[in-house]
Amino acid sequence: MPNHQINPNRWIELYSDYLFNYTISRVNDREIAKDIIQDTFFAGLKSMKNFKGEASERTWLISILKRKIIDYYRKINSKKGQAEVRMTYNTDENEGDWLEERVEDMTYLNAQDILENTELGDAIYDCMSKLSERQATVFKMKTILNYETETICNELNITPSNLWVIIHRARIALAECMEKNWFKS
Amino acid sequence: MLRLFIISKEEAFHICDKSQYRESTIWEKLKLSFRYLWCRATRLYVNRNTKLTKTLKSSNLECLEYSERKLMEDRLNEQLKNQV
Repeated sequence: MPNHQINPNRWIELYSDYLFNYTISRVNDREIAKDIIQDTFFAGLKSMKNFKGEASERTWLISILKRKIIDYYRKINSKKGQAEVRMTYNTDENEGDWLEERVEDMTYLNAQDILENTELGDAIYDCMSKLSERQATVFKMKTILNYETETICNELNITPSNLWVIIHRARIALAECMEKNWFKS
Repeated sequence: MLRLFIISKEEAFHICDKSQYRESTIWEKLKLSFRYLWCRATRLYVNRNTKLTKTLKSSNLECLEYSERKLMEDRLNEQLKNQV
């Protein structure tokens, strides 16, 4: 008997941000991350009949997403030759530029740092998934997207005092959840 | 004079929340600091809240803009319709 149900009508609401954060930390490009997630949802729709309900819907989507990310890296690896041809660092004008670009490149960060950051992001999203939809929306707009209070109030048609009550409750719930699931481990 | 500095616990929490987004005034911060000195609950809340902010900042969390989400939703719904 399957324990989990599948409902694609709620995928965007429930999983899009989680999947986006998961993907962007692995591909480092917003546009590519969005494309990969869209592909994941389409692939999920196509293979819905294979969903047995043994794992949660999110775990199932993540397994599809992981394959999509691997496909993406395979694809860019096969284009490696082309990329090398495009490099023009040896002209006089560009001399030295490569060093600055390498310094800015995120892929040169310590691998351990990246792994910890990714895990931390996953843990925060796990905790955020326990908030009510309203709380999660306001919290994301205020804390992650850094929207002005006024903008959020106008967009969601709430008063500033409503907003701060929602933020307060969301922060308490998140702090408790992170205390249990992240800081203690 | 001292009365001017006295605020309720709820007000202290509210100022602390606003401070996490740099939206509190210097005067509010002063009042919060004063309460922080003698109120254990305020100290606990401030420390916990600050820890959460630091954690969130260090995670470099990302999420979709409202318009990006909407576009994704429209495309998915379109695909769903075609599938049915």
